[in-house]
Formats: sequence, structure tokens, C-alpha cells
Amino acid sequence: MQDLGIKVLFMGSNFERLLDGLWVTIHISILSVLLSILLGILLGIVMTSKNIVVKAVTRVYLEFVRIMPQLVLLFIVYFGVTKTFGLHLNGETSALIVFTIWGTAEMGDLVRSAIISIPKHQRESGLAIGLNSSQIYRYIIIPQTLIRLIPPAINLTTRMIKTTSLIVLIGVVEVLKVGQQIIEANRYTVPNATLWIYGTIFFLYFFTCWPISLLAKFLEKKWKVN
Amino acid sequence: MEKNEKVLEIRHLSKDYGKGAILKDVSLDIHKGEVVVIIGPSGCGKSTLLRCMNGLESIQGGEILLDGNVITSGKTNWSLVRQKIGMVFQSYDLFPHLTVMDNILLGPLKVQKRDKKEVEKEALTLLKRVGLGEKTKAYPRELSGGQKQRVAIVRALIMHPEIMLFDEVTAALDPEMVREVLDVMLELARAGSTMAIVTHEMQFAEAVADRIVFIDGGEILETGTPEEFFKMPKTERARKFLDTFKF
Amino acid sequence: MDFEFILKHIPMYTEAAILTIKLGVMGILLSIIVGILCVLIQYYKVPIIRRIVSVYIELSRNTPLLVQLFFLYFGLPKMGIKISSEACAVIGLTFLGGSYMAESFRSGLESVDKIQTESALSLGLTKAKAMRYVILPQALSTSIPAICANVIFLIKETSVFSAVALADLMFVAKDLIGLYYKTDEALLMLVISYLIILLPASIFASYLERRLRYAGFGN
Repeated sequence: MQDLGIKVLFMGSNFERLLDGLWVTIHISILSVLLSILLGILLGIVMTSKNIVVKAVTRVYLEFVRIMPQLVLLFIVYFGVTKTFGLHLNGETSALIVFTIWGTAEMGDLVRSAIISIPKHQRESGLAIGLNSSQIYRYIIIPQTLIRLIPPAINLTTRMIKTTSLIVLIGVVEVLKVGQQIIEANRYTVPNATLWIYGTIFFLYFFTCWPISLLAKFLEKKWKVN
Repeated sequence: MEKNEKVLEIRHLSKDYGKGAILKDVSLDIHKGEVVVIIGPSGCGKSTLLRCMNGLESIQGGEILLDGNVITSGKTNWSLVRQKIGMVFQSYDLFPHLTVMDNILLGPLKVQKRDKKEVEKEALTLLKRVGLGEKTKAYPRELSGGQKQRVAIVRALIMHPEIMLFDEVTAALDPEMVREVLDVMLELARAGSTMAIVTHEMQFAEAVADRIVFIDGGEILETGTPEEFFKMPKTERARKFLDTFKF
Repeated sequence: MDFEFILKHIPMYTEAAILTIKLGVMGILLSIIVGILCVLIQYYKVPIIRRIVSVYIELSRNTPLLVQLFFLYFGLPKMGIKISSEACAVIGLTFLGGSYMAESFRSGLESVDKIQTESALSLGLTKAKAMRYVILPQALSTSIPAICANVIFLIKETSVFSAVALADLMFVAKDLIGLYYKTDEALLMLVISYLIILLPASIFASYLERRLRYAGFGN
């Protein structure tokens, strides 16, 4: 019977367990996003440098990290680093490292393009009314960079949350893993559990990411510079 | 009008970008209350000359004096100098993230540290004078090109500059908006402002100028009153240039 | 580094890479079709279906492919819909990619000035012909960089296919690590395989983008 499957959600503390699992995902995403923003701003500023070596190194880093599937990066850190350096990294730490490395690259590129997209006339107009360099940064460049940066940075957060779903494949107990455990435990009593559990997880992700996407879209529209 | 007091003096200015000279030995004095209009073909160096006056371009030779003090010595406090020299650019460069009022207030509050109430009052008076009293809370994107340029003029005026520089301020405007901006400039000229204007609007130049400066190939070829220049230009090149505006 | 081991297992990787490419290409082509359908439905404001399309786009863009695949592969059979791993992978990739393609096409269409339609109509072209000969070519050329980015994104996303029991590159790498503990070799080959697939795609994409930019299409 189809309609009986839904009861599995409300048996025991199953739904709370799923939410706890989701929190593991969100927790890792938030930490990675925060680290990525911090390091990404630094990287972005460094990337506007005219030094050829700096440009080349940051470029290779950026291209490699962005071209590799995130799951490959997770494998490299989770399996590779453990073996090569004899360091045992658990899944969570590996994920945090990988998502920060990846997020920093994405964020760095966003910061770089936001900075260079501000027309040089803006600087000159600031100079023309007597602002000094640090005032021009504070009142003109930084506010406009932020306006251009915040919507894509918020979008990066949803991408990060979605990508964090991969950590189940390196053995982290998160929402999908909890789902599997619940399904296993109820294999005989609720054979339809699979449909309901995975359906629920689908919508848990959706209701986590959707509001964030809407916020990004709203801000993008609101701050649209002509 | 007393016109003996020199506000800006340019002596033997030269400038090049590395491949050929942009300005060659340019000398020009601008007196208090005088309106100097600089004209010439595209790429002749007229905009560069204006930008040099405000320190936006480095120069390779000569010097520029403001109120008798050299401002191109390398030790110049440009922030101080630029408060005395207002400038309006061709591309309307309002700060897109600030309202009209905040655009105007930025300089007086952050650079001159003036009292906010007093500046706001003055800003409103100036905005009304250019016909934009209603627009204090608007963002630049909600304004037409002509309105943006008028705000940019107010933003420069509120610093109480000794001289205003206008760099082809109507060149990027739709024709029907040119008039409203030129009218504001004409009114400023009548009120006795000292101005240096680069423009392609010949009729406006004739109407507003006390003196016309004709530049071609990086050199001043002619200076004179509008009557002299437009009725009987002395050089062949000026005549050719003026011919391009006739049908 | 055990090169003998690497040489011996190249065929395994090649086979896996072919599977990845095969499913990826199918998913991408279907995504493009779904994307065009969605964007046309939205562009012509087809009643009701248009709402369904917006719901689909939001659902697809705000959930991870892995979760979509789990639902398809493990969940749907419980409703009596049983599909193979391959079909599941292609359907999942299309479900994800369709919305991304739709968004790219939409921004392309929106970038075409309204006056273009009007002048096409004023020449006597029918609405459909105006779309076909005037609007779409311009829209496509503006969309191409975004579409290329989507293609690369979707190829990268195929890396989760191993989760639905497909012997793709990730699956092979994990297998070799588990069986022989040849971690470095397995990972190196994994990285190289993906570089071989993705690098040409990425270079071609930036070449296309540059060409389009310099062509200065339209205005």
C-alpha cells in the first residue's frame, strides 16, 4: 500500500534524525562558505595583481579546482592524503578542506571580476571631489563591489549545500545515510519507506536551498546597476 | 568683471603617453570669472589638457599653478587641490549605489567635514536651481542622462570650487537633453563662475565663452574672443575645423 | 608509483570513461531539448503548463543530483516504476540539466531587443519565422557561453553515477583503492581521465566565447 509508507517518517524519532542528518550537511556547508569568503576575498585581490607569476599560479589553481568534479577532489583528499601522508582525515574534515579549497577558487574569481568590473571613471569621480585613496575604497569601490558580490556569493552557498550531499559517498553520516539507516531498519515493516524517505530528503534539500536562491534573486534585482 | 586675477596658470605643459606627444608646450591662463572654451577635433588633446588640470593625468614637462602655487611639483596634496577644482565628466559618473542626495553629500561630509544640515540645505537649493528639487531620494538609474549630468554639476558645485572643469559633458546625451545641461552651465557662467569647458557644441561655445582656445595636434593654435574666432579664424586648420560644422 | 599497475588498468578506465561520456552526452542532449521546450513554454506564456515548468525549474535547481538519483533509483520502483541504472542516470541528469539549459536560453532570449521582433514583423515575417530566423539565432549566440558552462557542469555531475551502481570512473577508482590499496595510482588515473574529458571541453568553450565576443554579434 502506497499511503502506508508515510508513517515511517513519524515512527520514533525518525524525522528528527533526518533533520539532524541535514544539519551535518548544512553545518559543513556554512563553515566552508565562511572560510571560502574570507580566503576568496584575499585570493580575489591577489588575482587582480599584474605580477605574471602570481597570475599564473592563481590561474592554474583556479582552473584545476574548477574543472575537477568535486567528488574527485573529495576522493583525492579523503583517500589520497590519508595514504600519502599517513594522516588520517575523517570524512567531515576532508569535506571541509575540499569545499574550502573549491569555494575559495569560486569566490576568488567572483571577487576578482567584481573588482575589475567597476569602471575607472568611478575612481576618477571620487578623486575629482577630493576623496583620498582610502576614502575612495571605503565609500565607492567596496560598497559597489559588495553589491556585485553578494548575490553570487549567496548562490555559491546553495551550490555548496547541494554539493555537500556528496559526502555520503566518503562515509559521512548525513541526511542520506540516516535515510538509508531508517530504510534498512524498516525493510520488512514498511517496504515503501524508500520512496517516502528519499522524497522527504529531496524536499528537505529543496526547502533549504530555495529560500536562499530566492534571496539571491531578490537582491540581484534590487541592486541591478544599469 | 575683474579679470586680472589668475586662478589657473598653465606653463609650457607637455604630455606624452610614450608614443608621440599628446600636448606640446601648452600655455594658458584662466582668470577669475572667466569662461574659457577649449575646442578642436577629436583626439587633439583637449580632454587630456582638462584632465591634467585636475591631476588625473601625469605630465612630462611644464607646470600648472593654482592661485599662484605650483600644483604639479609631486608634493601636491591633490585632495586639497581638487576641492578647489570641480570637474564634470562626459560619462555621467554618479555613484550608482548612492541616492542623488548622498552622491552630493559625499564630498562635503567626508572630505570637507562640513555640517550635514547646512550641506543638505545647500544641496537642496542647488538641486532646485537645476530643476531637480524633487529627486533627492532617487537613484542614478532612475534618472535620464540629462538629469544625471545636472546632478553631477551640483555634486561638483557644492564643494565651492574656484574653477569648474567640464569635459564634453553633453557628448553622451540624447539631443533633447543637451539643452537642459547647457542652460545650467550658461547660468553658472552668467553668475560669474570661473570655468574651463571642452565641448563640441559650437553655438553654445559662442554664447558662453569669454575666450575660445583652439587646439589641434596637441598645440594651442589660436585663442581669441568668440567673435574673432568664429567670424574670422586666423589659421587654416581652424577654418577647416569650423567648416565641418556647416552644411 | 606503480606504472605497470597503471598500464594494466588503462582499459578499465577507458571503458568507464566511455560509459561516462555516453550517458553524459545523452543527458546533455536531452537537457537541451527539455530546456528549449521549457523556455518556449515560458516565452509564449502557455497557460498552466507554464506554472508546472516554473515549479520544475525551482525543484531541479535547488536539489542535488545525488538526491534526485536516489529518489529515482530507489524510490520510484516502490511505485511500480522500475528503471535501469543507465536510464536512471540519464533521466536524473536531464532532470537537473533541463532547468539549467532553460535558464541559459531564457537569458539569451531576454537579451534580444524587442525592436528586433517588431522589425522582423514589419518586414512581413510571421511570428514563427521571426522567431526562427531573427530572434533564435541572436538568442543562441548570447546563450552559448552559459550553455557551454552547463555542459561542463553536467559532465562533472556525472561523477555521482556510481551511487546508482554504474561502473563509471569514480566506481573504478574506488574499486581499485578498495581491492589493491593502490590509492595514488587509482587517483592519478582518475584525475587524468577527467582532464582528458573536461579539458578539451573547457578549452573549446572559452574559444567559442572569445570568438563570439569578438564577432560583436548584433550591436
